Amino acid sequence: MKEFTRHDGRAADELRPIKMQVGLLDKADGSAYIEQGRTKVLVAVYGPRDVHPRHLASPEGAILRCRYHMAPFSTEERKPPAPSRREIELSKVIREALAPSAFLSNFPRTAIDIFAEVLQADGGTRCASVTACSLALADAGIPLRDLVASCAAGKYGGRILLDLDSVEDQEGEADLPLALMPVFDEVSLLQMNGLLTEEEFKEAFNLALEGCKRIYELQRQTLKEHYAAATRITEES
Amino acid sequence: MSLKIVPDITRARIWDLALKGKRTDGRQLLEYRPIRITTGIIEKAEGSAEVSLGSTRVLVGVKVETGEPFPDTPDEGVLTVNAELVPLASPTFEPGPPNENAIELARTVDRGLREGKALDLEKLVIAPGKRVFVVFVDVYALDYDGNLVDASALASMAALMQARMRAYKVVGQEAIWEEGKIPLPIQHTPVAVSIGKLGNTLLVDPSLEEEQTLDARVTISVDEAGRICSVQKGPGCLLPSQVLEAVSITKDAASRVLQQLKEALPAA
Amino acid sequence: MSVFFEERKLVFPGELLAEGEFSPGANVFRQGGRIYASRIGLAVQEDHTISVVALRGVYEPKVGDILLGKVIDLGGTSWFIDVGSPYTGVLNASDVFGRGFSPQTDDLSRALSIGDMIIAEVLQFDRTRGPFLTTRGPGLGKITRGRIEKVTPAKIPRVIGKKGSMIQLLARETGCELTVGKNGWILIAGKSSEDEELVSTAIRKIEREAHVPGLTDRVTELLKSRGKRGG
Repeated sequence: MKEFTRHDGRAADELRPIKMQVGLLDKADGSAYIEQGRTKVLVAVYGPRDVHPRHLASPEGAILRCRYHMAPFSTEERKPPAPSRREIELSKVIREALAPSAFLSNFPRTAIDIFAEVLQADGGTRCASVTACSLALADAGIPLRDLVASCAAGKYGGRILLDLDSVEDQEGEADLPLALMPVFDEVSLLQMNGLLTEEEFKEAFNLALEGCKRIYELQRQTLKEHYAAATRITEES
Repeated sequence: MSLKIVPDITRARIWDLALKGKRTDGRQLLEYRPIRITTGIIEKAEGSAEVSLGSTRVLVGVKVETGEPFPDTPDEGVLTVNAELVPLASPTFEPGPPNENAIELARTVDRGLREGKALDLEKLVIAPGKRVFVVFVDVYALDYDGNLVDASALASMAALMQARMRAYKVVGQEAIWEEGKIPLPIQHTPVAVSIGKLGNTLLVDPSLEEEQTLDARVTISVDEAGRICSVQKGPGCLLPSQVLEAVSITKDAASRVLQQLKEALPAA
Repeated sequence: MSVFFEERKLVFPGELLAEGEFSPGANVFRQGGRIYASRIGLAVQEDHTISVVALRGVYEPKVGDILLGKVIDLGGTSWFIDVGSPYTGVLNASDVFGRGFSPQTDDLSRALSIGDMIIAEVLQFDRTRGPFLTTRGPGLGKITRGRIEKVTPAKIPRVIGKKGSMIQLLARETGCELTVGKNGWILIAGKSSEDEELVSTAIRKIEREAHVPGLTDRVTELLKSRGKRGG
């Protein structure tokens, strides 16, 4: 039986090639970079730090602020630099995906700022952003319950597929981005737009969960490679 | 600030009741508050509808104008949804341009209508690639007592169904107005169902104090055939099993809302 | 009762460390009878306490910490001090002027003005207020000479070295006096700015190469060779 292959040669349940890095920016407290196929996202985390304006500070914990932004050169047609409604919505959705992972109550009266810059957009930018943001939070030393891994599934050409690229997303029938904290099995980002029967939703949902778990392993691998040398440092006392 | 803080004892009472399958206003877990739909209130708009879910009230106005199509869909009319959380609706709303909540609300309603194919946009073309009808759906929150999304989506659908635009005929590349009014090309009737999660309990149509107590919320839109056209999770987390449970609750909850919509707009 | 790591294993947030009657120490959290890491670091067990020595993270002041700070603002009766943490330190006027301080007649900036550096001790801190600092004590007070070098708080132990060996090496080879603040800020005071620069260079090397074996030898070589060039 001939295996189904997609326009880029992938199988239905195959992720695009992924490359991740942490600790690549000097000034930021934490940073990460991800390439997922041709989507490229760079993330910097600053904080916990002083809150400006002061009245936004909370005695209950750090406020988490997130800015998802696409560079003007990131898309086929130049995107004007001012934040679009989509970027504002996604900034909120990404923030809500990451907030449950952080022990914000450890740092009252402070702010943790996350800046996700999409340098090149080829589908799945919000998921790639969440994945990189979580790495950057860990790199910044923010105490976390777990990393957040994010991946989308969808329907294209009548088939349920994992990790749609922009061609499949634009011409497809449905897109389902998801983010998961695997240790406690918690879904912290879930959206869908398109048209799916309840059965198709279940199939796409489960496929996306599977994708998240694979991305989680890649996140841990990335941290291990970057920090492995550190096992020989610090006190020798 | 104080208004956003829910007293511990209220929170505790909501939780306790939820564990027993009850709610503070006496509703069942999967029950909507009383729904009232009124249409045609704003005569100058092509369509309008006001929906209340309990004390939550939303007014939607539909305006139809002509304009250019989007470059990537030259054979389709344009649907655009905007939402305003005006300060009169809640002591917690501040004046100013739409904030992230208003934007998320508008885009969630938009996705439900668009992916749910409420309008047959291909029937709103005058000259392909040049001139089309632009349908503006403007959502105005009037009173916020929880679950603006469902009220907004329902009012938007009702307003679109009630809307009457001037009759026209296409001559060359222009629309020439004729006598009389015609309805918009309605295709499907998607409905949004918002489900809140309290621990292991799921409840439909959260009131304001429930919204402030929930640990997660998800809005699922379905069309009249039960096909899912949009999902938007709000803050918080859900277990995968809870997501699937929410999806299975939606169809029934939506059918009751659809019933009310049909009763309010029998002609449409 | 089980422990799921070997001593000083590199762990990441969400990693399961132990199960059973253990106490959560630093940089871990407890849920459902299990202890998980919350920060990137090295997992350690001391009796029944499981903790993680964090490799990354902002400086969190603790009462008794000696640190360096920079005056960034003046209030009515106190100075506000940047200590490299998310919380701005507060130094009360009475700490410096004694009880006789009066805002009408005395001027805070006579003693300390914006931009001044101090060595201080954390007197009080509970995250809702402070940290409150004091400059009363031996070696504390305004810094009048020297330069500041900053390292990640997690690397401080490497700068100090086993039983102080690294910091003593730096001091001995350059004739400089070093004060290492718990916040990762280090004061280097020497007889010449070349000596101080040499220590700065060495400290930056330590921070960069903290993980590479043979660091002590390389630092020694750096100090000796630069010194010989008659710098």
